[in-house]
Amino acid sequence: MGELTLELGAVLLLALGLKGLAKIRTARAANGLAALALLLAVVGLLLQQGLTGWPWMLLGLGVGGGLGALLAFKVAMTAMPETVALFNGCGGLSSLLVAIGAAQLPTPLNLLGQVSVLASVLVGSITFSGSLVAMGKLQEWLGTPGWTQRPQRHAINITLAVATLVCCALVLKGMAVALIPLTVLSLLLGIGLTLPVGGADMPVVISLLNSYSGVAAAAAGFVVGSELLIVAGAMVGAAGLILTQVMCTAMNRSLTSVLFGGAMGAAPVGGADGTKDEGYKNVTSCSAEECALTLEAAERVVFVPGYGLAVAQAQHSLKELAKLLEQQGIAVSYAIHPVAGRMPGHMNVLLAEADVPYDQLIEMDTINPEFPRTDVVIVLGANDVVNPRAKSDPSSPLYGMPVLEVDQARSVFVVKRSLGSGYAGIRNDLFELPQTSMVFGDAKQVLQTLLQELRALGVGKVPAGAGTGR
Amino acid sequence: MSGALSGTEALWVLVLGSLLGLELIGKVPPTLHTPLMSGANAISGITLLAALVLIAEAPTPALRLVGATALGFALFNVVGGFLVTDRMLAMFKRKGAN
Repeated sequence: MGELTLELGAVLLLALGLKGLAKIRTARAANGLAALALLLAVVGLLLQQGLTGWPWMLLGLGVGGGLGALLAFKVAMTAMPETVALFNGCGGLSSLLVAIGAAQLPTPLNLLGQVSVLASVLVGSITFSGSLVAMGKLQEWLGTPGWTQRPQRHAINITLAVATLVCCALVLKGMAVALIPLTVLSLLLGIGLTLPVGGADMPVVISLLNSYSGVAAAAAGFVVGSELLIVAGAMVGAAGLILTQVMCTAMNRSLTSVLFGGAMGAAPVGGADGTKDEGYKNVTSCSAEECALTLEAAERVVFVPGYGLAVAQAQHSLKELAKLLEQQGIAVSYAIHPVAGRMPGHMNVLLAEADVPYDQLIEMDTINPEFPRTDVVIVLGANDVVNPRAKSDPSSPLYGMPVLEVDQARSVFVVKRSLGSGYAGIRNDLFELPQTSMVFGDAKQVLQTLLQELRALGVGKVPAGAGTGR
Repeated sequence: MSGALSGTEALWVLVLGSLLGLELIGKVPPTLHTPLMSGANAISGITLLAALVLIAEAPTPALRLVGATALGFALFNVVGGFLVTDRMLAMFKRKGAN
């Protein structure tokens, strides 16, 4: 009965872990609980089946676990979305391999077992190839070429889907060889479904593929007859669906438009090439020195950090600047758009890395009414999420996306390397507003110049107690 | 394979597990979106259990190698996923902590 207790304990801990991960105070402990649950599950299984084949188990543990740990410690926080995609793809590949292996075992599978093998191969393959495409897009190894946006893609994907079903039917009829074309076609289907989706929508895709890998695990549970695996897989699959919904809500996109609507802004907008400087007319630019003077006179400052800030590794300089301004008695906060960074919540992680307390990060709905009372907004490496066109221009691909209403503030500084367009390739009207000044340069360098200038102006040297931040 | 599990039972387990999963995650604060995704992803590597069964039941070394490879990829997902999630969550601090 020892194994049963362990298995039940594992299910309980997994449920508690998933639940706790959604609350900030308990999240870290919950992550540990979930890890413990998996350990219990493995111990329970090994008690039940013995240690047959232990050298092979050690091999898998050493190589897979070792590489996983290495990547987890080494990877930069900016690369988190693609890392999750890679991990997820490997989970899918594992389910695929197990199913193929199980089909070769001498003990014949019953109908349910056969269907489960097919489901595991199909979903595992889609998860694997889809996750790798998602990773490639996030790493910018892969773009979203124009030909992927043609309507014929739906016909190709439907053909692939039908062909996979035909292969499934053949396997059930006793043609075991059809597993090979099934695997190939499912891998192609994963690519075909993911390639047309724009880079900005990748988080939703990863979340959905994460749900798939749960389904693939549950299917593998049917194949090997493990209730624990079925429960855990089903749980992650269902929770992944809810999480996908949460991501879609955060990005103000519907799941169907993400999956089948093609890439945002991939079609040329207004005929002009969005990546060129042309088209911007009334842009005012200013130096970091001028920006420092305005900052010194401000009472309320809001920073809008974007992915570009993290790429420039400027979070620490930003935090230093915020501290200096707070010492002067200036109220400082950070406006965080739900999709700041490359996936929902990514910017929160990146700022946490620079020791910015999470209660200083203000969500969009809370900060938007504050902008009319804000003296200075500094936009650092963010673009689409501050584009006023999303509110005013129904023809813009961004139309309807909630944005940070920084155009309501008294003055806006946009720190940017050039007038190039954002990740989604859409032009930004904010740059041309009279209250906006562009500060051209690398975010880190601009912030450091600002720090120097402000220190030279004597900012932050007021006696302690004169200002307490907010 | 372990024959203790009937098809109907397994389907019940599937349905109840899915319902549980649907209920577990409700409102998630935006700060946790990325870590939650990463943590849920680590859990989905539980397919490593199936890889362990395959290794134990495989009659040939070739099939055991398939099992070991599957185990390796699953553990890459699990170990890496949990550790990276922990690394992220360890960084979150409230104001006053520094």
